[in-house]
Amino acid sequence: MGLPGSDVRVGPAERDTLPASTAAAVKIVVVGGFGVGKTTLVRAVSEIRPLTTEETMTEASVGVDDVAGVETKTQTTVAMDFGRISLNEELVLYLFGTPGQERFWFLWKGLFEGALGAVVLIDTRRLEVSFDVLGRLEDEGVPFIVAVNCFPDAPRHPLADIRSALDLPDPVPIVECDARDRASSRDTLMALMRYLYTLTAATTAATQER
Amino acid sequence: MSPPAGDGRPDWEEGAPERLYVVTAGRDRPSRRVPLDLVTLVVSQGVPEPGMNPEHLAILRMCAGPLSIAEISAYLSLPCSTVTVLVADLVDGGHVEVRAPVSATARPDVTLLEAVMDGLARI
Repeated sequence: MGLPGSDVRVGPAERDTLPASTAAAVKIVVVGGFGVGKTTLVRAVSEIRPLTTEETMTEASVGVDDVAGVETKTQTTVAMDFGRISLNEELVLYLFGTPGQERFWFLWKGLFEGALGAVVLIDTRRLEVSFDVLGRLEDEGVPFIVAVNCFPDAPRHPLADIRSALDLPDPVPIVECDARDRASSRDTLMALMRYLYTLTAATTAATQER
Repeated sequence: MSPPAGDGRPDWEEGAPERLYVVTAGRDRPSRRVPLDLVTLVVSQGVPEPGMNPEHLAILRMCAGPLSIAEISAYLSLPCSTVTVLVADLVDGGHVEVRAPVSATARPDVTLLEAVMDGLARI
């Protein structure tokens, strides 16, 4: 159905529209390095084909490109893929994939504000990308779990070893997943939700003791 | 609205800063303090008025049902920051209603977490 004069139709296809009763959204962020499978995971569980939103930021290039003595400004464009899951008639979940490298952290402010939590997706062959991310999430107070994307050609390591290599605190869950698989990706999100649940229960208990 | 190129893409250079400047009439932040998040849902109220600019019109048309700022940004190929400015204009003019996200930073809510888990269990 087009409004009068709508010669160009931009927007969701009919099947991608939300029920009119949808009252609010929540979001979960999937963080990881390039090629780690963020968009694959989002695609596996999303009810819509993942969409891409871009953000540009003009910033002084200090610390980005080392151009000694020259103060320049660079226009950075970063794409974020995201998907959507309608949880019920009133609530919808958005899943954002965002790069973990430090130079993209400018994206994070709006992204993590109000987010339920994060899944840090890692590739055991490139653990080093993850260290900064984990530290930053802890600093930001964003609850997260770690999911090891099990690439077929990647060497398998016991989760305990990966936990130790990442210096991951005991309460933070670490799970294996196959980002290509819907059920596995869904279970990964469930693992995050269960963790959030235990955190909330702990907070509630602590409040009641006061 | 000028007719787009045959492939349905806008007929301006994608992401050109000058274009974004024009779209938002030179503003880089919303006209007033409307808290708009990536996942704030936008719903049209009423019909477009004559003389509206193409971007405002496009948002009104696509938001016949609830749509997040992020989705509007993706469909319009405009940065979220630009879309936020445009949506704030429409809020000011009473053309759209916005539905704020459930914020998890306030106080964790068991009911909310259960609703999310129930929803995930069904996919």
